Amino acid sequence: MTMTDEHVLSQKFEIIGSNFGNAGKASTSIKEILQEIGIDPSIITRASIATYEAEMNVVMYAEKCLLTLNITPEKLHIKLEDEGQGIADIEKAMQEGFSTATDEMREMGFGAGMGLPNIKRNADKFEIASTPGKGTTIDIIFNLNQTEY
Amino acid sequence: MNMTLKEIKELLHAEVIIGEDKLDEEIQFVGGSDLMSDVLAFGKPGLLLLTGLSNAQSVRTANIIDAKAIMYVRGKRPDEAGIAFAKEKGIPLLSTKYMMYTACGLLYSQGLPGVSKLPYK
Repeated sequence: MTMTDEHVLSQKFEIIGSNFGNAGKASTSIKEILQEIGIDPSIITRASIATYEAEMNVVMYAEKCLLTLNITPEKLHIKLEDEGQGIADIEKAMQEGFSTATDEMREMGFGAGMGLPNIKRNADKFEIASTPGKGTTIDIIFNLNQTEY
Repeated sequence: MNMTLKEIKELLHAEVIIGEDKLDEEIQFVGGSDLMSDVLAFGKPGLLLLTGLSNAQSVRTANIIDAKAIMYVRGKRPDEAGIAFAKEKGIPLLSTKYMMYTACGLLYSQGLPGVSKLPYK
């Protein structure tokens, strides 16, 4: 954990694709960090769920990914930049139930086409960009200076 | 109506895998699914999770949503990685031989609600 100034926390995590044994470790660490710094519990739940779904997507579909957690007094920003197959049709991928998952992924309890919609539902702001054959970048943002949802 | 984990354990003739010291915890609502994305979508802090998914992801998902405990159905048991993670996080794990539908029905008939937003009863 590095503190670049007294208001900002920034930390990077590496997620490796197809490593099902470690799937969820980064999200668990992020949840612990958010609890340590005293983020609102309802935001922690939403951020943990969104991060976990995003991490599972990386493990299932990408080769590797750099996850950056950035916290300012106003915002909690989780950015995932992966290298992998990318997503050919983002609109389709955002539909609940659409999935290209393998049996192995489904046996993990994932791969039902719920991941991206779940991330979007939990985030205050969600952005996704992808280049097929190269990779996908996801921005998951939570507002920290509001109390009502 | 709330039930303690101990009452639930007895009702479902369940075995405690870990968390014998936490059986006094009160459960207010229950959700059952083998699909972890569904659990992440409907889960609420305090949930008792009924699942037939016995890999480590079941425990990780429970931790992410702050579930109070996991009841594995149909006699399933989590793998070693799952048990180790649950120990670390203090999540009680139980296992019942009842199948999902029966386990849910028994708990529901005792007045323990689910997490559905639709009206029921």
